[in-house]
Amino acid sequence: MVEIGLGNYLIVAAILFAIGMAGIFVNRKNVIVILMSIELMLLAVNINLVAFSQFLGDLTGQVFAFMVLTVAAAEAAVGLAILVAYFRNRGDIAVEDANLMKN
Amino acid sequence: MSLAAIAFFVFASAAIASALMVVVSKNPVHSVLFLITAFISVAGLFVLMGAEYLAMLLVVVYVGAVAVLFLFVVMMLDVDFVELKQGFLQYMPVASVLATIVVVELIFVVAVWSLPSNVELAHPSPTAAETVTDPNGPTNIEALGLILYTDYIHYFQIAGIILLIAMIGAIILTFRTRDGVRKQDPAAQVARKREDGVELVDIKSGQGLS
Repeated sequence: MVEIGLGNYLIVAAILFAIGMAGIFVNRKNVIVILMSIELMLLAVNINLVAFSQFLGDLTGQVFAFMVLTVAAAEAAVGLAILVAYFRNRGDIAVEDANLMKN
Repeated sequence: MSLAAIAFFVFASAAIASALMVVVSKNPVHSVLFLITAFISVAGLFVLMGAEYLAMLLVVVYVGAVAVLFLFVVMMLDVDFVELKQGFLQYMPVASVLATIVVVELIFVVAVWSLPSNVELAHPSPTAAETVTDPNGPTNIEALGLILYTDYIHYFQIAGIILLIAMIGAIILTFRTRDGVRKQDPAAQVARKREDGVELVDIKSGQGLS
């Protein structure tokens, strides 16, 4: 008999978070996949919040997860809009070329 | 193994596997589709925990809006994705080492940490077990609605403002004016005078209008 407790959910969230973090490293040139990796990390945070909320028996965590969801949706919308505007200006989305401010 | 445990392992392994595929997939369209699978698996985990409202919200907001937005952008931008994949293997070792370190550290934290027994709860929620034993008791969405519109009303409205600002920002960022498009100009139409459009000509009888 395997009992699924708080620890199991926290470990799943930790693994998802680490995958999202590694995704940012390995896809350094592809902004779209970086944005997707950020979504994965926010999802892992949401799992943590909901797991703590449920195993403590306090709904506050779920309200907080609701806010994280809102911010994630707003972030995706604005991020992709910036990406589209950048692509229109440059004809490319390579991150290394985004150094106009440096020169 | 109980059915809930089997469901947990199925959803958890699906979520982790599809998250890995999001990161390593060569084609970004496949990445987005695996992202949708990951979201749905995590929604299953939320249902297992008893957070039904957030599970449905995840399906509607993430799968229905965010993932479709990603898919739209990936398919709309004409980018050579093979070129963007260069350097993938170069960064792979350091990324996997860092990810392993983070996972091991977080698992250590989970292993030594335990819930304190004397926590004071701000908003006690009906646990999954209570909902099953008492069908007439408050459900997850009822309990959430009761606190979301009372104690957390300001946070709720701030969330609305954030979404409004994000919408305005996205529209302004992607808006562009094109030349040569025939469209209405209400200000010019309203400002038009009678003299601009009508010309009265006296024509003597017997002569035509040249």
